[in-house]
Amino acid sequence: MRVAVCLKQVPDTEARLRVGKDGKWINEEGLPFVINESDEYALEEAQRLAETAGDGEVVVFSLGPDRAQEALRKALAKGAARAVLLSDPAFEGGDAIATGRALAAAIRHEGDFDLVITGSQSDDVGFGGTGSVVAGELGWPHVWLVMGVELEDGGTARVTREMESGMNEIVRVELPAVLEIQAGINHPRYAALKGIMQAKRKPLDRRSPADLGLDPGQVGGSGSRLEILSVGFPDSGEGAQMLEGSPEEVARQLVDKLQREARVL
Amino acid sequence: MAHNVWIVLQHRDGKLARVSREALAAGQKLASALGVEAEAVLLGSGIGELAGEVAGGAALAAVHVADHELLASYTPGAYIGALQGALAAARPSFTVFPHNYQAVDMMARLAQELGAGLLPEVLAFETNGDGDVGGLVWTRPILGGKMVSKVRVRGTDPMIVSVQSGAFPADEMVPGSAPVRDLAFDPDAVVPDREILAVESVGGDQVDLSKADIIVAVGRGIGGEDKMQPIHDLAAALGADIAASRPVIDNGWLPRDRQIGSSGQTVAPKLYIAAAISGAIQHVVGMKGSRTVVAINKDANAPIFNLAQYGIVGDVHEILPALTEAVKAAKG
Repeated sequence: MRVAVCLKQVPDTEARLRVGKDGKWINEEGLPFVINESDEYALEEAQRLAETAGDGEVVVFSLGPDRAQEALRKALAKGAARAVLLSDPAFEGGDAIATGRALAAAIRHEGDFDLVITGSQSDDVGFGGTGSVVAGELGWPHVWLVMGVELEDGGTARVTREMESGMNEIVRVELPAVLEIQAGINHPRYAALKGIMQAKRKPLDRRSPADLGLDPGQVGGSGSRLEILSVGFPDSGEGAQMLEGSPEEVARQLVDKLQREARVL
Repeated sequence: MAHNVWIVLQHRDGKLARVSREALAAGQKLASALGVEAEAVLLGSGIGELAGEVAGGAALAAVHVADHELLASYTPGAYIGALQGALAAARPSFTVFPHNYQAVDMMARLAQELGAGLLPEVLAFETNGDGDVGGLVWTRPILGGKMVSKVRVRGTDPMIVSVQSGAFPADEMVPGSAPVRDLAFDPDAVVPDREILAVESVGGDQVDLSKADIIVAVGRGIGGEDKMQPIHDLAAALGADIAASRPVIDNGWLPRDRQIGSSGQTVAPKLYIAAAISGAIQHVVGMKGSRTVVAINKDANAPIFNLAQYGIVGDVHEILPALTEAVKAAKG
């Protein structure tokens, strides 16, 4: 069983965010970057499935700048066999459609896979569609927000898909398929020291649009329909009444306001 | 020149979902900004009566109905197959979906099939008034709602858009009436690409938080399973139920039946204390009906402060114990 995993390196959303100089994106200087949360779960699920199958191989793909190789090395340290970085200025600034198109071409370039596993949504731009576009390019079915996967005999998978309001839907799809994993499906492993040492010797290949037979105009910003004009912090609207002082002072003020003003205590 | 705006409606048990009425309001507003008309689409099986209700209630140029047994349950293969022919022929400038799980599951692939662009989860748009597609400036959340981006669409080819829940109030939908038409689709293109085996509840024996009076909710920022005690202490002092945002549940710090938000429970207590919860939309949709919201967070820019009535910027591990003491003191 060969499993391709697509993962994205994103800013740590717990970090303090600032607007960048051109106003069109955040200031990335000094910002910690991590593997996108649902992609961590996707990697674990891919490894679990490959291990269950016995003769599995996991190949990780990422599209991003040079720094994204840290995310790929981390995935290699956790046990992925090989990594492919789509790293070229022409790939930058793409939306889900341009990025999904490029990832699908890279996956196809690496040979046959039984499954492509991705996270369900990136924690930075959050389109939630890249994996579905990969599926469309490959002509495979996709399932989004996956909370459980069981491989069945006969080339199908029984997949649990999260719905709204605390319900799950169980569906059967034919393989090959793209599964877009929801956070919480499993417990991602940590990289062991041995894995970290081994990762240094595992192959990490770089691909450009030309390597993949892609027209640079179809990928990245030039293959996308959206132009970011600016980023900023949301309007605070009326906003909260902010209470200030020592913890004891704000606690006393709050209890007083909840009793007398809001009348909820 | 812009073409008409289409709105894809979702329904359940023969009724329009609230988010669909919001999408209607958004689509009408968008059509008006572009100087075109809005048209709605309904997909399903045995939906004639619902189509009649939509056609009798909203100002639209048409309500297109695809009534087919293979559309009784949602699958992306069948739904995209039913929509793509008509959308390819009519080429609406914008096809508007309510931003929910079903829409996200299908819209990227629909856009890809149509050669359209993708613009998910919009919160608002502004127009320069000349009815030009490229003149619209759209706002959408990024980085878990901590920031927003303003974007413009390049070119005039069709776009697939989804509107965030609560962004376009349903009561701004313009009432009126519309003719019902059959949606032209190729039945051979309506091919389910997954077999639906079952639908089941996630939680099993669920704790019902929907009737709770007071909820103390905790987010990932609390720091770990071994750091939850201050939450339990405050809840005990207040006689409150404990709940959490998704990452706390995913990490196994509380059971899944304590989750509030789009994939968990929806609550409306008289008091909701959000501790170390940033306020991502997936959480907010489950608690925005709360009467009084208190937010405690170390990040002064956390979006939760925008919907809270009372805010405290600080470390929950300092604030919560102090608050527990103050509650005990007030209760005597």
